[in-house]
Amino acid sequence: MADTPLRVGLRQAGPIPLDVAFDCARGDVLAIFGPSGSGKSTILRAIAGLYAPADAIVRTGDRTWSDTAAGVHVPPHQRAVGLVFQDYALFPHLTARGNVLAALGHRPKAERVARADELLAQVHMDGLGDRRPDALSGGERQRVALARAIARDPAVLLLDEPFTAVDRPVRRRLQDEVDALRRRLDVPVILVTHDFDDVVRLSTHVLLLERGRVMASGPIADVMRRADLPWLRDAVGLGAVVDARVAGVDLERGLATLDIGGPALVVPAAGLTPGALVRVRVPAREVILATQAPAGLSLHNVLAGVVTEVHYLPGTSQVIVQVRVGATHLLAEVTGDAVSRLALTVGAPVHALVKSVSIDLHVVS
Amino acid sequence: MDWTALGVSLRLGVATLIVLLPIGLWLGHLLATRSFPGKALIEALITVPLVLPPTVLGFYLLVTFGARSPLGQAFASIAGHALPFSFAGLLLASAIANLPFVVQPIQRAFEAIPSGVRDAAACCGLSPWQRFFQIDLPLAWPGVLTAAMLAFAHTLGEFGVVLMVGGNLPGETRTLSIAIYDRMQAFDDRGAGVMAATLLVVAVGTLMLTTTLAGRTTRRG
Repeated sequence: MADTPLRVGLRQAGPIPLDVAFDCARGDVLAIFGPSGSGKSTILRAIAGLYAPADAIVRTGDRTWSDTAAGVHVPPHQRAVGLVFQDYALFPHLTARGNVLAALGHRPKAERVARADELLAQVHMDGLGDRRPDALSGGERQRVALARAIARDPAVLLLDEPFTAVDRPVRRRLQDEVDALRRRLDVPVILVTHDFDDVVRLSTHVLLLERGRVMASGPIADVMRRADLPWLRDAVGLGAVVDARVAGVDLERGLATLDIGGPALVVPAAGLTPGALVRVRVPAREVILATQAPAGLSLHNVLAGVVTEVHYLPGTSQVIVQVRVGATHLLAEVTGDAVSRLALTVGAPVHALVKSVSIDLHVVS
Repeated sequence: MDWTALGVSLRLGVATLIVLLPIGLWLGHLLATRSFPGKALIEALITVPLVLPPTVLGFYLLVTFGARSPLGQAFASIAGHALPFSFAGLLLASAIANLPFVVQPIQRAFEAIPSGVRDAAACCGLSPWQRFFQIDLPLAWPGVLTAAMLAFAHTLGEFGVVLMVGGNLPGETRTLSIAIYDRMQAFDDRGAGVMAATLLVVAVGTLMLTTTLAGRTTRRG
């Protein structure tokens, strides 16, 4: 139990229905993904103690923050949580430094100012400490909110839709900073988002939530290779997520090969160096299946594999086929007609054809 | 010019603020941040002095704190004199009559603070008292100032309740507004005129000061 940095179990029938239970380990980022109104933010508020569901268990390490059966509810200010709010919720009458200082009450008075400036520097806000929130841009406010959340030396870091208010380029930069930050912090991180990009870029684990109920949860690769999540398909499209290492870079051809535990995956080489860890997402709609290895194609990836699951999507003529390629699984979205023509059944050998440019890729470290 | 009456008026204004501000801050914060059964009734009771004729208010205060009532007798046995027709009685009446002027602006000011800001303060480890003094109060400051100035100016102008509960004792309960009425009854138009002008100047000055100070804090924050 003491080895589990965060254990959460929440249940209630209403007014906001909840039925979730999960653990989150140190250094892990659990992304809670779901449509708005699914109860994502409520889960974070319950962990922080700002909301008390009818039935709640929240434990960090050997401390119990909530245990409704035992009548335990530690008030929020006595829980070491760092919470980054959706709209940042900065204190408008305090400077950036003042905002961070407000969360440093547990530290000796003499070192607070220096610590606040150090935290602001960590989020690249050095020199802006004297500005009030209304004189900061969206991205800068977000950084102050982040610094303030870490200032408490939290046992758990909670991020509630942290990037919704910033535009795409700033978002990418902030995602990278949050990623770097959580590696340094080594605490459980829970990220609530309705943007799938956040999930793919930041999380180690995923929990798919719909109307307060867990549709799927586990390590991101395990969840994303599942063929039976029509809700996820409708929301963002299915696609396997694979963490891989760059095996080699051929600058002359502009291609890199990734080691995915079996046949190598070929991707564009831009920005890749040998040995780098990357995360790729192979959209199911971009994968073509063939019973024989075709010749004379422009694409680079013809991956021999075996069908491991065939899932008919209810209400459509589409079928999701899971194919094991080496040690990983890919998903392909094809028509029911194709499945019967090619006789795609579990155990059938098949070739997965993937254009190298259709693979989403980002460098993890 | 009745300087003693001006003194009583100013003394009453300041004393009312001292009594009422803590109550107003507590009630305003409670009403702005919590919901509980009976909240609508409490809000109605606080607002009622605003719409009732001052004489009705004065009548009930006299009934409640008169020499024949248990509360009035209890007060008399402690203080040594009856509550009506004393400065203490006047202060009590003034505090009740001014409750809506203090509570409402403070409540609105606390309500204007996004709940997320208060939640964030709790997540920063600030205790409820620290949240109140470091976050809520500085942010609601213009509202608190408005409340204080409104109550002060209104106390100076209060007439009906004062006459009902306080009467017209020089140096004890005769405020400037009573003294003006007194002078008019005695056909001393000049005396009444000077005092009326004094009240007008004090009231306009107070309101101007409020606007200036509130504007400054708003711009700063």
